[in-house]
Amino acid sequence: MADSTSAPKLEGLLVALLFVGLSVGFAIYGARNWFPEVASRHGVGIDAMIMFLLAVTGAMFLIGHLVLALFIWQGSRRNSVVARLASSKAERRVAITLGLVMALAAEGGVLAIGLPVFGEYFGEIPADAVDVVVTGQQFAWNNHYPGGDGVFGRTDVALITPTNPVGLDSNDPAAADDFVSINQLTVPVDRPVKITLRSIDVIHSFFLPHHRVKQDAVPGMTIPVWFVPTREGRFEIPCTELCGLGHYRMQGFLNVVSQTEYETWLDEQAGN
Amino acid sequence: MSEPQSFLRKYIFSLDHKIIGIQYIVTGFAMAIVGGLLSLLIRLQLGWPTVMWPILETLMPNAYQSGVMAPEFYLAAVTMHGTIMAFFFISYVLVSGFGNYLVPLQVGAKDMAFPLLNMLSYWIGLVSALVMIMAFFVEGGAAAAGWTAYPPLSALPGAVPGSGLGQSVWLLSMALFIVSFTMTSLNVVATVFSMRAKGMSMMRMPMTVWSFFIASVMGLLAFPALTAGAIMLLFDRHAGTAFFLPAGLIIGGNLVEVGGGSPLLWQHLFWFLGHPEVYVLILPALGINFDILAAFTRKPIFGYRIAVWSLILSGFLGMIVWGHHMFVSGMSPFSGEYFSLSTLLITIPMAVVGVCMLGSLWGGRLKMATPGLFALGLISMFGTGGFGGLFLGNATADIQLHDTYFVVGHFHLMIGGVTVFGTFAAIYFWFPKMFGRLMNETLGRVHFWITTIGYYLIFLTQHFVGLQGAPRRYYAFGSYEYLEQTATSNEFISIAAMVVGAAQAMFIFNFVWSMFRGKVTDTNPWRATTLEWSLPSPPPHGNFATPPVVHRWPYEYSPDGGENDFAGQQVDGGNVPVTA
Repeated sequence: MADSTSAPKLEGLLVALLFVGLSVGFAIYGARNWFPEVASRHGVGIDAMIMFLLAVTGAMFLIGHLVLALFIWQGSRRNSVVARLASSKAERRVAITLGLVMALAAEGGVLAIGLPVFGEYFGEIPADAVDVVVTGQQFAWNNHYPGGDGVFGRTDVALITPTNPVGLDSNDPAAADDFVSINQLTVPVDRPVKITLRSIDVIHSFFLPHHRVKQDAVPGMTIPVWFVPTREGRFEIPCTELCGLGHYRMQGFLNVVSQTEYETWLDEQAGN
Repeated sequence: MSEPQSFLRKYIFSLDHKIIGIQYIVTGFAMAIVGGLLSLLIRLQLGWPTVMWPILETLMPNAYQSGVMAPEFYLAAVTMHGTIMAFFFISYVLVSGFGNYLVPLQVGAKDMAFPLLNMLSYWIGLVSALVMIMAFFVEGGAAAAGWTAYPPLSALPGAVPGSGLGQSVWLLSMALFIVSFTMTSLNVVATVFSMRAKGMSMMRMPMTVWSFFIASVMGLLAFPALTAGAIMLLFDRHAGTAFFLPAGLIIGGNLVEVGGGSPLLWQHLFWFLGHPEVYVLILPALGINFDILAAFTRKPIFGYRIAVWSLILSGFLGMIVWGHHMFVSGMSPFSGEYFSLSTLLITIPMAVVGVCMLGSLWGGRLKMATPGLFALGLISMFGTGGFGGLFLGNATADIQLHDTYFVVGHFHLMIGGVTVFGTFAAIYFWFPKMFGRLMNETLGRVHFWITTIGYYLIFLTQHFVGLQGAPRRYYAFGSYEYLEQTATSNEFISIAAMVVGAAQAMFIFNFVWSMFRGKVTDTNPWRATTLEWSLPSPPPHGNFATPPVVHRWPYEYSPDGGENDFAGQQVDGGNVPVTA
């Protein structure tokens, strides 16, 4: 070996401490930096999924680094190799057992906790859901409400103008009571909300960080997504798919209000 | 093989796999300097979004108007940083560079199976790199639709300034890159199949060769899909087709005339290359790491056979998990669950590989030198990055984490951490073989400490910024109330990035300085077993004067119960048991 490999004991200890320090330090840092407080029904399930993964992988991260550090520290103090393989069969058994334990510890929970939430999120949308069509465009969210009749009026891209951002057809009787609210999405608390996502130009992504909702809005597709907001408040809607120069300021707002306030708001909008 | 004598034929237009390998490595590092500087500009913007930089305005008047980074330049920088680092740095240095340099030497061949094809692949690769850099100088600037180049953003010039000529140049460069990379892959596969020395059975190949072999097979199968995609997107942009453009698009107030295509088709084609690409880059880093660990623990690696089979299995599974990049793309949730489950499957062989790497340290007699230190850092990074992958491969957790900084942090630990640590370990380890001199150890150790701590401070912190919901590819976060608390983290990450950047400059200095002034060393400074260490440094043209005969596997460290330190693969006889 080259000369510079002399006196490995101290260095071995330092390198071992490096990995202990990094893993413990980040476990502490991680425990202090959390996601935004949840505000939707299925969001609790998504949080449970992420918490489970944080606990399991966090434990494996710590244990794995402690073992790595131990091996480094011990290895740097030895003058000869102590363990040669018993047999390739024994090694296979150890490697597969440990690999499976690690994989299944994390993934058993993924199947048990994750699948039901996924099923709910992508499952059937309740019929009484508040219905809004959200159309993304560079760089705004156009929220199209069906109005009192609950029926969306016909839209056509050929009719889109700066004052008619979703191309609503005023000849369609169903469109008479429709209204479009730009960047302000108002919904009642504790009721299912169905958002139908569309886009007129490039791909956008509708993200409600507090409600654990994210869905791309893809031109040429209409993609429904639903959730039940569980607390009132004003929340931000960032775009999470690169959509051009204004991507970072394509900001909408979700106003979750009480049922009475929602009805008042609907009346106000109908009056406009 | 007779050796060409003129400088031009010997070092520039060379057919020798070793020279071509070094050419790839040097080209890759030159590209890494560009990609690295871009990342520092990105970090300047994200760390201190309100500060003005008059000096940068002087240097780049178009990119910095009144001292502030232009949003279009920010997006171009993000796009080009990703593209350059994944395709023109790691692919060139680690896969094409070391693949070329090591595979023929380690299988005992005099050169690659097709030397002329090899030279062609390098020169097309160089052209593709130059074309990519050229994109900065065309009207509208470089491509700005992200390294994933999702249409319609990347298809319509009006959608973003970079989707002008810059995007066409990007696509052309990618198509050339794939052509070049496919030739290298073909060469590696042919060399492994047909050029192995006598006695070099498949199960006596070093892990390094195995990993290049599997990565090359994957490259051959996966990469051409994007060549097709790139050509289709070029047609959409210039020939009036609409493979990726649905009807009724309105860009800048004008209706786009064509229609009938699907934006999701591009995402499938892109990720059909994109995900295997991750394994193409990671597997060689893992394979190299096993071989370096063996030399620095003075014992055979743990579980050679099961590790080989795990790499093969993960290579296969790596081809069928691409959709986990598309959980919230609008793809059917049933497909989403399928891709989620196949992704969970792939964690099993990857966990086995991780256990084998950790097990390789068990009971070893650890030697401390820079290549070994980076090999240890790689184990740590592979574990940490892998655990983060569990969050993202899970369709349920991914709803929240998709396209946030959690993803950014994760892939920087994997294809920016594991592969880069593998690259550094490989450079420090094989540098004496390439140039007959050692790299400076003190600088190397400083490089290791700063890089390891810095990587964690940058990329693990980014995971937590992502947990707080910060979306990626944002020019600034200022208008978002819920992200206020990430401002401190972002400043901290930026400072760490500057320090890590400085350490890389030191590495480049060490590399160049050691080429001429490094300590001269013998042919086998690490007392390693694979065939290249039996040759002079640098090995002569044609490598082996007489065809070598292989007598044992490559992990004969401390044989005879530790009486001998090691036995090279070419060493005959004795009573050394072949234990694998």
